[in-house]
Amino acid sequence: MGVRDIYGRSDYALIGELVEPRTRVLDLGCGEGLLLSWLKENKQVDARGVEMVSASVQKAIARGVSVYQGDLESALEDYPGKAFDYVILSQTLQETRHPLRVLQGMLRIGKKAIVAFPNFGHWSMRLNHLLTGRAPKTDLFPHEWFDSPNIHFLTVHDFELLAQKEGWHIERRMYLSGHNQVATLPNLMAEVGVFMFSGASRP
Amino acid sequence: MITQASIVTFDSLELDCGVTLAPVTCAYETYGTLNEDKSNAILVEHAFSGDAHAGGEGGWWNNMIGPGKGFDTDKHFVICSNVVGGCRGTTGPGSLNPATGCPWGMAFPAITISDMVRLQKKLIDHLGIRRLLAVAGGSMGGMQALEWAVVYPDHVLAALPIATTTRHSAQQIAFNEVGRQAIMADPDWNEGNYYNGRPPARGLSVARMVGHITYMSDESMRQKFGRRVREGQNKFEVESYLHYRGSQFVDRFDANSYLYITRAMDSYDLTQRGALSTLFENIPTRFLVLSFTSDWLYPSYQSLEIVSALRSRNCDVAYCNLTSHYGHDAFLVEVDEQAELVRGFLASTLREAKAIGTAHGRS
Repeated sequence: MGVRDIYGRSDYALIGELVEPRTRVLDLGCGEGLLLSWLKENKQVDARGVEMVSASVQKAIARGVSVYQGDLESALEDYPGKAFDYVILSQTLQETRHPLRVLQGMLRIGKKAIVAFPNFGHWSMRLNHLLTGRAPKTDLFPHEWFDSPNIHFLTVHDFELLAQKEGWHIERRMYLSGHNQVATLPNLMAEVGVFMFSGASRP
Repeated sequence: MITQASIVTFDSLELDCGVTLAPVTCAYETYGTLNEDKSNAILVEHAFSGDAHAGGEGGWWNNMIGPGKGFDTDKHFVICSNVVGGCRGTTGPGSLNPATGCPWGMAFPAITISDMVRLQKKLIDHLGIRRLLAVAGGSMGGMQALEWAVVYPDHVLAALPIATTTRHSAQQIAFNEVGRQAIMADPDWNEGNYYNGRPPARGLSVARMVGHITYMSDESMRQKFGRRVREGQNKFEVESYLHYRGSQFVDRFDANSYLYITRAMDSYDLTQRGALSTLFENIPTRFLVLSFTSDWLYPSYQSLEIVSALRSRNCDVAYCNLTSHYGHDAFLVEVDEQAELVRGFLASTLREAKAIGTAHGRS
């Protein structure tokens, strides 16, 4: 099934569909604020972002999005509990130093968390590693091991297991291959996994 | 650009020290046109040595104010006034004390950043503006922008505190004290009574030289002067630059105003009124906070303190630490990126204001 895209990105389109209108949204690692400005424009959300790179922050602010320049892992600490309806982390989870802490932080400050990440379990990764015997380098993970921003490699299956262990409730799970949605064998076929989840409901 | 320089006199201004200044005169300039519902006004606040002449030829923020610039006068009505205690048209220590008919000198009451803002509020009321679209300023101007948001949150939609702090550090107070001591050590200062004689030009110019050093950075000084020597004068370029700046300052600034205004900056401390996060609670104002990487006088950690407190209250705040080698001067000289941010931020503030206005109109 084909998925439309926002600024060339299908993960943005999926996230754009998940977010309800007129909600409060925080995008961690928001880059130039494209997704946020789209959400502001089309879903009238109260949009905030965190981004490390100064040049990206400038572009985002010039675009009219309230972005805070800082490290997302420490940025999570300042916000009050449940300050947002959605906390989004798109294509950045694998770059964080402490992914679990980040995910827990997202659930502390947000009612729902949305993550999108490249699936290291995709067949091309497995094949590449098997055939070359080297750190996989594919279209999905195009970097050499020594200059890659990616420091944690996870699969959609890994994420499911973590959610189970932490007691998170996964409300939506979607898988992308290019601009198409994947329905079967996601751990093998998905290039990107998109999950919307909420924290454990305490008895 | 439609520019207007004006003076308005108010009956009185109550100061934090308990004294009431009566009457009090306020010099201000405006750029652009106030729209019909008076919703496009931006108050720009000058830094320590600035004045009401912010835009137009020779204006201290001329590169930021004008058609198509950061503060776009095709869209906005920009106001800038000289602060109370100043010497550029607004009542200050060089003004005549109505009780004696002589200049106030050191008999002028102590002033604070809050006093400055209270006078600006009178000006805004006088202009018939109920709510400002934005207040913006760098350095001491940034302190005033913060003060506006904290004291008059319902009268300001957006605040842009740039290269500023909620309170001076020991280092910032120390540099100001060197300036004050230089003035007071000049025999011409004469306890502040020099208006009928020679002003303390040497002291004031040394104070200004120290100031200028703190506004630059090691790198900007290296690039601008290096170790170059001015030919025929047997002087380093940097020396001759500082001498020039110092002597130029004497012609336009009153030494007593220097003492009063630096004191106002040093004594400013928002945190004395409570934790920042408490002060920012329920503030509807949007914020754009900016700092500069090479600014060692107002380092970025001071801006981050503001931002962190705002975020702890989930206030709407954008923050960027802009890359520059100009030091504290960056907000005045390296304005291309700053202007782009300000433009975008103001545009989105306007859009949101309109959206809220429409929503209210419907209800």
